[in-house]
Amino acid sequence: MTNSITIFKREMISYFYSPIAYIVIAVFLLSSGYFFARILALSQQATLMYSLANTQVILSILAPVITMRLLSEEVKSGTIEMLMTAPVTDFEVVFGKFLAALCLYLVMLAPTLLYVVFLGWVGEPDMGPIISSYIGLALMGSMFVSVGLLMSALTRNQIVAGVLGIVTLVILFYLGFAVSGTEGWYVPVLQYVGTYDHWEPFTKGLVDTKDIIYYVSITVLCLFITIRTLESSKWR
Amino acid sequence: MIQVEHLSKRFGDKTAVDDISFRVDEGEILGFLGPNGAGKSTTMRILTGFLPATSGTARVAGYDVFTDSLNVRKQIGYLPENVPLYLDMRVNEYLTFRAQLKGVPRKDRRARIQEALEKCGVVEVQNQIVGTLSKGYRQRVGLADTMVHNPRILILDEPTIGLDPNQIRQVRSLIKELGKKHTILLSTHILPEVEMICGRVIIINNGKLVAMDTPGNLTSKLRGGATIHLEAKGPFRQIKAGLEGIPSVLSVKGEDESAAPSGTRTKTHRFVLETDKGRDVREEVFNAFVENKWVLLGMKKEAVTLEEVFHQITTREAEEAAGPLPPAEGPAPKGGIKETVSGLLSRVKSKGSRA
Ligand SMILES: Nc1ncnc2c1ncn2[C@@H]1O[C@H](COP(=O)(O)OP(=O)(O)OP(=O)(O)O)[C@@H](O)[C@H]1O
Ligand SMILES: [Mg+2]
Repeated sequence: MTNSITIFKREMISYFYSPIAYIVIAVFLLSSGYFFARILALSQQATLMYSLANTQVILSILAPVITMRLLSEEVKSGTIEMLMTAPVTDFEVVFGKFLAALCLYLVMLAPTLLYVVFLGWVGEPDMGPIISSYIGLALMGSMFVSVGLLMSALTRNQIVAGVLGIVTLVILFYLGFAVSGTEGWYVPVLQYVGTYDHWEPFTKGLVDTKDIIYYVSITVLCLFITIRTLESSKWR
Repeated sequence: MIQVEHLSKRFGDKTAVDDISFRVDEGEILGFLGPNGAGKSTTMRILTGFLPATSGTARVAGYDVFTDSLNVRKQIGYLPENVPLYLDMRVNEYLTFRAQLKGVPRKDRRARIQEALEKCGVVEVQNQIVGTLSKGYRQRVGLADTMVHNPRILILDEPTIGLDPNQIRQVRSLIKELGKKHTILLSTHILPEVEMICGRVIIINNGKLVAMDTPGNLTSKLRGGATIHLEAKGPFRQIKAGLEGIPSVLSVKGEDESAAPSGTRTKTHRFVLETDKGRDVREEVFNAFVENKWVLLGMKKEAVTLEEVFHQITTREAEEAAGPLPPAEGPAPKGGIKETVSGLLSRVKSKGSRA
């Protein structure tokens, strides 16, 4: 576990030495700020519900950007050899990198708390849905980041890893919409697999265990496959 | 300290390491030689747990590299061949990270890092971003990393490549000094380096172990004899005959200078003697000159260099692989080099079985 913390720290150093952290944060703040302002002006309601609902697509794009180089770059530059010949386990490496990506994701979200402060100033927001939304965002973030990390383990090209992650997450997002209104056994399956139906309740103030289980289990599954991929890369 | 038994590694249908067995004893500095693509780096990667072997076993500090990889990795400091470092970190940040990862206790960390920085001559660049360092300095940072946790075993893949001559000397003496307390396995293409620092040498070629001995034994026993250069004055034919008469002189080549134009002041003949099996014939040569009252102007004995040994062993192997020659077990054709190579091989085998 201390090794995961060590790796976490090194990844955080690396994030803030490279432009990537600043770019991701700036893009997120610009786009979420735009939605927040527009939606607030249109709805005249002191709620984050609508603007946060919109952030999911932005996050589907930014999370893979955060994670894309985490493992692919290690393999490409050969630093994986230094890393894996130190006394660390594959789990510790993957978990440390996951923590770092999740941390940057949360740092990226943090400034939106100002919107909440602003809402409190202009009106009387219902704090329940706002708190549940942030819980949802954190859970969703861990899933998105783990999907992105898995893609980074699958290829040594970080751009490919990023694109794969974005495509996967955007498909998962639209899966629920694509089948709504149609009939068939696959409709509930796809709606369960898709991300949107699990996210929406959080924006309404509902924290349901079935949604928590969805996010946590996909996170664990992706981290598990990532560890396995790292192990098996030795055998190639 | 390191025991390797019948280790093989295949990549697809390419055999990079082919049934290698050797051992490195505690406190020893073992040099690992071989032409490009011989399988040195692959062997080292197996020893450090980075690659799994296809067959065979290897134990480092008593732990199996495959089943007990984590314990093995705690005991070693490894410098991979291209020194992959995180280019975006500062040198001291990088070494702090590595020291933490390798479990250096917090209270010792600063001192260990300082010592590694000093020994590797990177104190003055410790606040620089690794990516902005020159190749030689990155190499030094890599070296500092290998020793930062004071490991029992160092595995260094071409540690002096890319360094300037002063630094090469410094690193060599550093390795020699480290060799007093640590067990070291190092690969290199610089042969004088091996003679200077290694107690023992392994030569591999095409994944196969072709020689294992001390550098001294390799050079003296391998071709057996030495070459002696003479400068002399006197009757050319008689001198040549006299030299040929000395026991264990195999051949005498000479340049007859008596017919040289009279303008040339010295009529100095040059002779080159090839001698047999490590016997020193210089005394006999001298006596022959004294008896016959010839004039001996100079005599120089030239030992076979490790470079020659390396060249002979490795190119011979390549010819063997290419040509339709009988299998290695078959009767070896007559010929000095061939014999000594198979002799060496049998010695290697007997050592392996003793281990
Ligand atoms: N991952 C790999 N996949 C396929 N072949 C490989 C791989 N790694 C090494 N090889 C092959 O194995 C052989 C041995 O390579 P290795 O790097 O061990 O040589 P080396 O002795 O270190 O050479 P050099 O002196 O050039 O560093 C080479 O023919 C190489 O092409
Ligand atoms: Mg090599």
